[in-house]
Amino acid sequence: MTSQAISVPRPEAGFGDGPRGRGFGSVLRAEWIKFRSVRGWVIGMILAALLTIFLGVFAAANSNIGCQLNGGPLKTGKACLPYVPHGPGGQIVSDSFSFARQPLTGNGTLTAQVTSLTGAHVDLNGGPAQVGSGTVPGLADWAKAGIIIKQSTHQGSAYAAMMVTGGHGVRMQYNFTGDTAGMPGAVSAAHPRWLRLTRSGDTITGYDSANGTHWTRVGTVHLAGLPSAVQVGMFATSPGYTVTQNSFGGASDNSGPAQATGVFDRVSLTGTAPGTWTGTTVGRGGPVGGGPGPGGGQGSSPFTRNGSTFTLTGSGDIAPVTPGPGGGLPTVTIEQSLTGAFLGLIAIVVVAAMFFSSEYRRGLIRTTLAATPRRGAVLAAKAAVIGAVAFVTGLVAAVVSIAVGVPKEESSGQVLLTAPLLTEVRVIVGTAAMLALAAVFAVALGAILRRSAAAITIAVLIVVMPFLLTALNVVPAGIGDWLLRLTPAAGLAIEQSIPRYSQVTTITSAVRGYYPLSPYAGFAVLCIWAAAALALALVMLRRRDA
Amino acid sequence: MNAAVQTQPAATMATAAVRGASLRHALHAEWTKLRTVSGPAWLLLGVAALTIAVSTAAVGATHCPENLTCPVDTTKLSLTGVQFGQAVVAILAVLTFCNEYSTGMIRVTLAAMPRRHTVFAAKAILIAGLVLVAGAVAVFGSVLAGHLILPGHGFTAARGFQPVWLSHGPTLRAACGSVLYLVLIALLSLGVAVIVRDSAVAIGTVLALLYLFPIVLAFVGNEHWQHRLERWTPTVAGLTIQDTIGLRSLAITPWAGLGVLAIWAAAGLLAGGLALRLRDA
Repeated sequence: MTSQAISVPRPEAGFGDGPRGRGFGSVLRAEWIKFRSVRGWVIGMILAALLTIFLGVFAAANSNIGCQLNGGPLKTGKACLPYVPHGPGGQIVSDSFSFARQPLTGNGTLTAQVTSLTGAHVDLNGGPAQVGSGTVPGLADWAKAGIIIKQSTHQGSAYAAMMVTGGHGVRMQYNFTGDTAGMPGAVSAAHPRWLRLTRSGDTITGYDSANGTHWTRVGTVHLAGLPSAVQVGMFATSPGYTVTQNSFGGASDNSGPAQATGVFDRVSLTGTAPGTWTGTTVGRGGPVGGGPGPGGGQGSSPFTRNGSTFTLTGSGDIAPVTPGPGGGLPTVTIEQSLTGAFLGLIAIVVVAAMFFSSEYRRGLIRTTLAATPRRGAVLAAKAAVIGAVAFVTGLVAAVVSIAVGVPKEESSGQVLLTAPLLTEVRVIVGTAAMLALAAVFAVALGAILRRSAAAITIAVLIVVMPFLLTALNVVPAGIGDWLLRLTPAAGLAIEQSIPRYSQVTTITSAVRGYYPLSPYAGFAVLCIWAAAALALALVMLRRRDA
Repeated sequence: MNAAVQTQPAATMATAAVRGASLRHALHAEWTKLRTVSGPAWLLLGVAALTIAVSTAAVGATHCPENLTCPVDTTKLSLTGVQFGQAVVAILAVLTFCNEYSTGMIRVTLAAMPRRHTVFAAKAILIAGLVLVAGAVAVFGSVLAGHLILPGHGFTAARGFQPVWLSHGPTLRAACGSVLYLVLIALLSLGVAVIVRDSAVAIGTVLALLYLFPIVLAFVGNEHWQHRLERWTPTVAGLTIQDTIGLRSLAITPWAGLGVLAIWAAAGLLAGGLALRLRDA
């Protein structure tokens, strides 16, 4: 099998020239020839790519959304998609809220006092019901009411807002992803919250205060390209009320539509504005983010005014859409098309482990070490060759998987949670790099153990099992998180394309695409494992007889 | 393999008695081969040690605090280690066969015993018996760990948890079933090993068979396909033998699930037997 591989490129550089006679380049070349001249290994790598693509596309193609609107014909696929707004950053967002607004031209300042934030949600213990019937009082953690400066009433347009929230105190949020904490604590008549937004050009500064005299700056944001005429006013909205049951197998959530009611007082607006308030429900008819629109029939104003007091009731959310059912949309991420990488990983690990250990079985290792007495160079060359081959294999597989799988998922009626181009590149290149590191890890294990079967088993178990145990809730969530921090499986974090937003209630589990470590930190853990295995392999190679 | 016939002219008197004796001889030969190398003994020890260690770790890491509901299948939790132990079982089965190919021993074996199905049957019986013993130790240790540790972690009878012990019917079924599960995994792996012949490729194939379907299941959104995978894949269906609560929501009943794995194992053995018979060694 490996007999051709002995062909040393320059036989005259064998023993006579001593250890320095052969540069690393020729060692590398020798290892490359060994790799490509064994047909089984090349086939194994091609198989790894094909299996990855097949499995990814299979997982993608087997999800189809069906829907039936207002007793109409049953539809499937893309016809079921509601209108999905995109935020200024390009990500898919929820943007539905009740808005008491007026246009503002040029600079100005909006100040308001919030005296109450209350909410109601569908009784999650009862049957399915609409908001307004069978509701119970209760405030979602991220129910919000406050003041906002928004480019227009179009969903997804740029904004900056100061708000009180159900469970997270005063916040300043902007353009869906930005979130800065202000005063802590809940709002009440005894403890009102004063909010202020000041616009100066495209710079908006948010302040909060407990008494209306002493103000604290919460944050300053630049909304690039904000037009001169913007919409300003008060808003209220609430994402679905989610009961998260923390139990053994991680968390399970049960979510139902909810609404929030905010009471505003002492509203003042300086600047060029008409002075009359108009009620608008942003996002009516296309509720995104869990729940039907606010209560009240078509045409009714989403706010009531009693003297200087404004009361707004709204439902929806102003936030990015995240993976998982919490967002109220059938969502899919690009990395879901890369499920097949697990299968590719097994094939690559098999080839990589054999790449070293089979030399021991055939006795070729003695020839190799006679030709290249520097054992470190042999190990490095083998790791470099198999790593590079695995990287290229993984790159091709990942690109094809996403190119084929993602359109399939979109056409089946799922909302693709798009990520910035650089993030997509990181996911694809990261998957390839992860497979390359797994290959290096396996080649090192092959050198340490000198037996391919043991090396393959350990490499597969240590990379695949932590994910499996966590994903299938075999071990408690806390343990699962630690497994995904400490084992080589941490490297899978490089595939996470949607960041974890603190301002959205989501259950963060590996199956939903959330990892306990940040992408690069997780990848670094895998790098450390590969480096440690290589170091141990080097020590063993140097100390042992071949 | 004409040479094989010449070495044992007595074998031409192939009567039923001789055939029975040949299986016994084959078993004896295989047993000698297994016990005179250290690998199989270590691997069998590894099956028990790894299974018990992982089960104990899983049980030890699980608490049910007072204020939470814990929808935990305590028996299945106690048998978590089987999911790791099966990998070692697979290695054992694969190496028993593939090592003969990598060393060339297979030619000696087949020269001494030209009846390939007898050799194959002897290997299968021996592996099944050894895994039965090691698996029983592993499963009993796991159940014992659950029995001793879980009540102290909030899983008490007062809160409605069934005791993890062999006197509890479903636990007994899960425990015995898990031992059989390991035996069937060994036979399936043996079949794959005979077909593939190279130990590395065989290990890779078997591990993919064992662990890939559960991962696919976690990602496939389509309920139709989920149901199919739960019913017909070797490990997912086979491990339903460990379920003791929520049996109605299972895609397949526990014994039927183990039956599916048995079909996989039988198919593997059959294909392996055919491959061994039809190919040159």
